Amino acid sequence: MSEAKEPIELIRTPIELEYTFSAGQSASRFLRGMAEGKLLGQKCPVDGRVYFPSRGSCPQHGMPFTGETVELTDRGTVVTYAIVRVPSQNILLELPYIAVQVLLDGADTVLMHVLKAKLEDVHMGMRVKATWRAKSEWTTSVGNILYFEPTGEPDAPYDSYKEHI
Amino acid sequence: MREIAVVGFTQSPSVRREPDRNEVEILIPVIHELRQSLGFEGKQFDFVCSGSSDYLAGQSFAFVSGLDAIGAWPPVSESHVEMDGAWALYEAWVKMQMGYADTALVYGFGKPSMGDLPITMALQLDPYVSTPLWPDAVSLAALQARLLLENGLVSEREMAERAVRDRRHAKSNPFAQLKGDFEVAKLLGEPHLVSPLRKHDCAPISDGASAIVLAAGDRARQLVERPAWIRGISHIVEPQDLGVRDLTRSRSTEIAAAQAGVWRGRVDVAELSAPFTHQEILVERALGLGSKTTVNPSGGALAGNPLMAVGLSRIGEAARRIWDGSAARAVAHATSGPCLQQNLVCVLEG
Amino acid sequence: MAAQPKIQPSLTAPHKLAYTYKRSLGPVLSRFFTALRDRQVLGVRRADGTVMVPPKEYDPETGEALSELVPVADTGVVTSWAWVHRPRARQPLAQPFAYALIQLDGAATPLLHVVDAGAESAMRTGMRVRARWAEQPAGAITDIQAFEPA
Repeated sequence: MSEAKEPIELIRTPIELEYTFSAGQSASRFLRGMAEGKLLGQKCPVDGRVYFPSRGSCPQHGMPFTGETVELTDRGTVVTYAIVRVPSQNILLELPYIAVQVLLDGADTVLMHVLKAKLEDVHMGMRVKATWRAKSEWTTSVGNILYFEPTGEPDAPYDSYKEHI
Repeated sequence: MREIAVVGFTQSPSVRREPDRNEVEILIPVIHELRQSLGFEGKQFDFVCSGSSDYLAGQSFAFVSGLDAIGAWPPVSESHVEMDGAWALYEAWVKMQMGYADTALVYGFGKPSMGDLPITMALQLDPYVSTPLWPDAVSLAALQARLLLENGLVSEREMAERAVRDRRHAKSNPFAQLKGDFEVAKLLGEPHLVSPLRKHDCAPISDGASAIVLAAGDRARQLVERPAWIRGISHIVEPQDLGVRDLTRSRSTEIAAAQAGVWRGRVDVAELSAPFTHQEILVERALGLGSKTTVNPSGGALAGNPLMAVGLSRIGEAARRIWDGSAARAVAHATSGPCLQQNLVCVLEG
Repeated sequence: MAAQPKIQPSLTAPHKLAYTYKRSLGPVLSRFFTALRDRQVLGVRRADGTVMVPPKEYDPETGEALSELVPVADTGVVTSWAWVHRPRARQPLAQPFAYALIQLDGAATPLLHVVDAGAESAMRTGMRVRARWAEQPAGAITDIQAFEPA
């Protein structure tokens, strides 16, 4: 009845901790903007560079942002991209998909998102525009933008985004 | 050894819950005020070191966002410890001793209110045989308190007296969380929280941040009139397993105190990070503090316990008493791990 | 510093941090956990001849490698305890219980575990306790569900 038992060589010790995470001022401002279909960046008080999304202070100067926001358009330039083919537990998108860093017009930092386009078409400098969910589905989330899509415009010149790669 | 001093200290108020600012947003004005007060706006420190724990936020690499409060471009020389900022200060001190830096910014921060802190602390225990039982931090401290009480080494009254003293001192500390006049007899009439500990025996849970600037030699003299010179600093750790330790004394604090040279002179002020009243008594004994020492003029950890900043703040509070001339010599203590497992002792002189 | 904007209420969200750790045991702990599955507790013999529970790979005082595992009893004495009258969800028992240091017969060091005594009044330093084993031990410290007054 009893089987010869193998010695135990490893044990499972799962941990689970629960938090009530609070986004803070800057992220809350950004997410509330998203809920209204607005892309809100913030300006560094020292050199005027626009950070989107922002985190409360300028990461270069350590200077706190004021409460003032800069509203950005939802058009921009692909500064770099990666085609993701390897599955992972946390990936909810269908593979392969194109991960892009988009420099929105007027911003000095990039937004990470997804591009809906043919794999062979994506390239640096591609001009793109956000495709939003139905307004009725908007929440305080960057996911209100479903993906970016090419606009068909001529590419942005390299000089216009080379500082932001 | 180079002469290295604490020349600046700022902190946020210790509060039970900072509902609306995240860890970095709490830190930003603390750093900013410190830079302004010392004339470091727009200038970089030679070295930056911070202490925090990602488990308080529940996010891997949460500490990296702290750099937004510093401004890390052009790139800065920086380091981080998953420890109280007091250990970040130790690392900065070592870096400066080796001649790699003449100024250092040290900070600690945390928002333990976001999680269930006593349970989160169970992650400090042996992951094979202890953590799976999820012993919370208060229960472990209670085990230690019982050993002291039942062996006549500490009395409930002495414990309550520490709570009363610290919270009375805290009345003059605008950054402290628990302050006021309490009566020993009334406190002893309260029910147990985790027997044999009562609520007053435990430090509060606090969100907060603090920061310190260290400077060497003449640089320190340029920045403040009366630098608080670090004459000794040491930290010692005991084993993780409670069963192989002597929980009725703080042996590691004794050794750290000896190495830091606590007994080379009188101790006017001592600021202690012990988060439980019986542990405060053990640390006092380990440091050999007598009646001439003012203990916890700021209220200490029992009045405000912003994890990851509380030990750094004890060094800052001790330094303040040097700067204002109310102490010629002060000792600051920081702790980490269950039941005073690891302890840091810092001796400051004016 | 420029005037800071008025603080607005922050967005909050529940967040669960979970890790599915699988830990390798190595030669000493492997034997300890294998023995637990057989309802046996092993300690390790230290240089001074005494037995340490739980076993460790190295002596905490001398640092030398240890390997001689020795059975100890699953009964022992409570050397300290703390009464948890409001257990948290993750803790081993749903009803009030004690965390305790328990020196098993044959061991020189106490083990941190739990005592299911029913009421705080039933707890006493020095009391004897016995392990209550799980129906199907799997090789975990929780194979001992709790200790009970003996």
